[in-house]
Parts: sequence; structure tokens; C-alpha cells
Amino acid sequence: MSDREANRAATRRRMRRVLVDRGIDVVLMVFSLLMLLPLVFLVSNGFKTPQEMLAWPPTIIPANPTTDNFAAVLQDTPLLRWIFNSVVFAVLSTLAILATSSIAGYILAKFRYRSLNVIFALVLATAIVPFEVYMIPLYFQAQSLGILNSIWGLLLGYLVMSFGIFLIRQNVIHSIPDELLEAARIDGAGELWIFFRIVLPLLRGALGALGVLAFFQAWTAFAWPMIVATNREAYTIEVGLALFQTGFTVDLGRLSAASAIVLIPSITLFVILRRNFVQGVASTGLKE
Amino acid sequence: MLRRKRWLFAILAILPTLALFAWLRMFPIYETLRLSLHKWDILSRNKPFIGLANFQELMGDRLFHEALLNTTIIAFGVLLITIPTAMVLAALIHYRTRSRVSGFYETAVFLPHVVSLVPAAMAWKWIFDARLGPLNAVLTFLGFEPQAWLFDPTLSVISVIVLCSWQALGYAVLIYLVGFKSLPASLFEAAKLDGASGPQSFWFLSIPMLKPITLYVSVVTLVSGFNVYAQAFVLASDAQGAPGRQVRVLVLDMLENSFRNYRVGYAASEAVVLLVIVLVLTLIQFSLLRERGRA
Repeated sequence: MSDREANRAATRRRMRRVLVDRGIDVVLMVFSLLMLLPLVFLVSNGFKTPQEMLAWPPTIIPANPTTDNFAAVLQDTPLLRWIFNSVVFAVLSTLAILATSSIAGYILAKFRYRSLNVIFALVLATAIVPFEVYMIPLYFQAQSLGILNSIWGLLLGYLVMSFGIFLIRQNVIHSIPDELLEAARIDGAGELWIFFRIVLPLLRGALGALGVLAFFQAWTAFAWPMIVATNREAYTIEVGLALFQTGFTVDLGRLSAASAIVLIPSITLFVILRRNFVQGVASTGLKE
Repeated sequence: MLRRKRWLFAILAILPTLALFAWLRMFPIYETLRLSLHKWDILSRNKPFIGLANFQELMGDRLFHEALLNTTIIAFGVLLITIPTAMVLAALIHYRTRSRVSGFYETAVFLPHVVSLVPAAMAWKWIFDARLGPLNAVLTFLGFEPQAWLFDPTLSVISVIVLCSWQALGYAVLIYLVGFKSLPASLFEAAKLDGASGPQSFWFLSIPMLKPITLYVSVVTLVSGFNVYAQAFVLASDAQGAPGRQVRVLVLDMLENSFRNYRVGYAASEAVVLLVIVLVLTLIQFSLLRERGRA
């Protein structure tokens, strides 16, 4: 009798738990879909005819999909050129940031001299200052080098990343024991050999995270490319689209198509590199 | 001898990076500070020193006031929306962390944070569009008046806040998730044994224990809010179609002064104001953290 009652109570508790779980799942699912909805509509609008753009309620899957918008946009704008600029800029920036961060992070983690502490403090101090604060003087530096309107000009603002140095330094401290380096030195290994053959391979995970972070940082850069690239051929995709959309004659279908061309590859890339990315972004919050 | 050699290696290896930092970060920061005390119109060779005159002028500059006010409202608006939402979402996602779809939740919430700004803003431009946008269509359907979201002075600021929050949310959720994972599970089990419900332990345990994270995310959100530019540029064109003029923000005002009005020194003084705001926010964060450490 009491056994059965206890059983029933347990069942009721389990039922409640399942109900709560399902309820939370519903809330999260609805919220997730709402977050994605603007992007879904953007892509779908790219395939719509002007008549369907006006239809209410808006369709998620276009009734008679057309690629006219894409063709028009590719004809109106050097969109592929802009994408090319963005990709080259982002890749070069990533390589530069990986190179400078890995070597500087390693040195600052494992070589303890007072002069290096001063350097580390300076690097940390510049990290607090937002890019927007000093981009105007930086612009004039690019100008005096004669590299405005070029990939090199874009790159000038994105060669180093304070956070990258910080991230690598933390990783070296936590994952590379001094004994390992000492043992290699006793075996007669040179400092460069140690860096390339021992340190870098051990930092693969951290460098992956930082790389993805750096790539997306350059890929989504806006204010700096906006002032450096004033010539239509030199725009990055962000600048190109932002200026393209200010024209009055441009319709939303074409804008959506252009946006979709940019979004689809970057979303794909993100989904592939999600783990690296999440790790990298999460580590921005781990300040000790 | 060996010690010396090692020191030499360290210095030589860090030198290129240090040089880049000096050239591309420290020097321009110094230049911003210096230019803010000078008058320079780009074209002329001499840049006369004018002391704090730029800052004095800023005090009476109507456009600057408008920009500062808009930017502040946007930064704090985004903060108010993002932090509570992110905390609750992260708690729920953390609670369902073992379910198969939790990866999907994380990705869905985080995706707006990584996609390029301008294309994403384009989606919202359509949503807010007075004639074609689904938002007004929904309002009409529910029996409300359709609104000119992107042209009304108040509503356009709200629109920018919504767009920025949509983008900022993913980052905050991710950092909170890291925070939730670091909370001791035993504490929550003890609370449960004592009869605390889920919402109760969220309110009385999680929120107080996550305070350092809340502080960090708040400062990051505020700082990026004060640097808002692309979102307003795309979303808030004025009636003449000039991008970003409808909701004037600090960065826009600064760039206009520098490259449209050829007043670089004046623009630099605006940059210094931005810097001071960011420094104050960072200092508040550090001092609050230290206070906690002592208590």
C-alpha cells in the first residue's frame, strides 16, 4: 500500500521533471528560431521576385524562386572582388596575428626578465584602448606610406592583437612545463628549435582558437576599412555592401541577394569551426 | 654566458612584435592625445597648439551632444536587454546541457554575433521597413498603428538597440555558460536537498556567484556599445538617404569631423572623450572586482 504510494509519488516527480524539461526545450527552441529568423528571411528574400517580397505573410521558402537578384547584384557591383579583398585581408591578418602572438606570448610566459614585464604591461594597456580611439592617426600613417586603398592599408590596422598575446601567454603558462624546455636545452637544442618543434605543436589548440577569432575579427571589420578603402575596387565586402545599400534605387531583393552571398560561406565556415571559435571567445572571459 | 644568450634571444624574438605594437598602437594612441590639443585641417602643414580649446568647443557642440546622448542610450539599452536575457538563457541552456539539441541552441544564439555586421543589419532593415517590413505587418494585424521605425527619432534609436542586442547576446550567453560550468555542482545539490526550486537556486545562488562574470560582460557590452558605428550606419539613414545621420553616434561624428569637415584635432578630442569613457568603465570594473576580493 505505502509502497504503491511511494511509487506513485516517484512517478509524479519524474513526470514533473520531464514536463519541466520539455517546457524549457520549447522556450529555448522558440528563442533559437527567433534568433535565426532574420538570417533565414534574408537568404530567402534573396531568391524572391519583387512581387513576392511584398507578399504577406512573408514566405520562408519562396514560391517561385529566382536567381535574378543574384545576377543583377553581380552585374551592378564588383561583389566578387569585394569578397576577394575581404578574404585576402582576413587571411593575412590572421597569419600576422598568429605569428606575432605566438612568439611574443611564449617569450612573455617563459622568459622572466624585468624588461619583459614592462613590455607585457604596455601590451595590456593598449588592449584597453578601443581601435576607434586611435584609428584616425593610424589612417594618416597609412596615408604617408601610400597604402590607402590597398590590402596592405587594411592590414596595417590588423597586424597585431593584444588579446592574442595574452591568450597565448596564458596557454604557455598552463600547458608547457619549464622542465620540458630545460630538458631540451640540456640536450643541446637551440632556442629557435625549441620554439618551432616543442612550443608551437603544443599550442595547436590555442592557435586554432585564436586564428578563428582573428579571421572573423578582420572579416567583420567595418570602421577601419571604411576610412582606408575609398575606391570602389578596394572595398571589403562589409564596406561595399554598406555603401551599396545607401543608394535609393537599390531594392531589398538585390540587397538580400548580396547579403546572402556573403552570409552563406561565413555561416558555413563558422559551423565547421564552431569548437575553435567557442573556445577562443570563451577564453576572452577567462581573465585571471 | 648561456644566460646572456638566452636573454638576447628573448629580446630579439620579441622585438618585431614590440616594434609593431609601438608603431601601430602606442604611437597612434599618443598621436590622438597630442592632436586633441592641436588644430589641424589636414591640408595645412602647421598644427598650432590650442590647449583645451577643442574640448571647450565640444561642450557647446550640439551635434556632439546628440551623438554622445544617442551612444550612451544605445550602450545602456543594449546592456539592459542583453545581461538579464543572457543570464536566463545561459541558465536554461546549461540546465539542458545533456540534451542532444543543446549544441543547436548555443549555435543559434551565437550565430548573430559572428555573421558579418552589414548583411545582418540588412535583414533588420527589412524587418523594420515601414512599407515592406514584417514588423509593421504584425502590428497592423494585431490592430496597432504601423510605425516609421527607422525615421522616428525615438524609434530609430530603439531599432539600433534591438539590432545591437541581437548581436551582443551570443557573446554574453557564451561567457555565462563558461561561468555556469565553473560553479560547484555540490552547492546546487545541497540547495536541492534543502528544498530549493530551480528558479530559487538561480536567484539566490547563481546570480550572486556569477557577479564577477556579470561585471565583466557588462563592461565589454558597454564598451562595444560606446563604439557602435556600423549598425547605425546601415540602419539609420536620414530622410535624404545619408547613412547613419538619423541616429548620430560618437564614431560617426568623429569620422565626419575628421574626413568631411577636415578638423582632425577636433575629431581627436572626441576620440579622447571616448577613451576616457572606456577607461572609467574599466576602472569601475576593476575596483568593484577588488572590493569583492577583499570582502
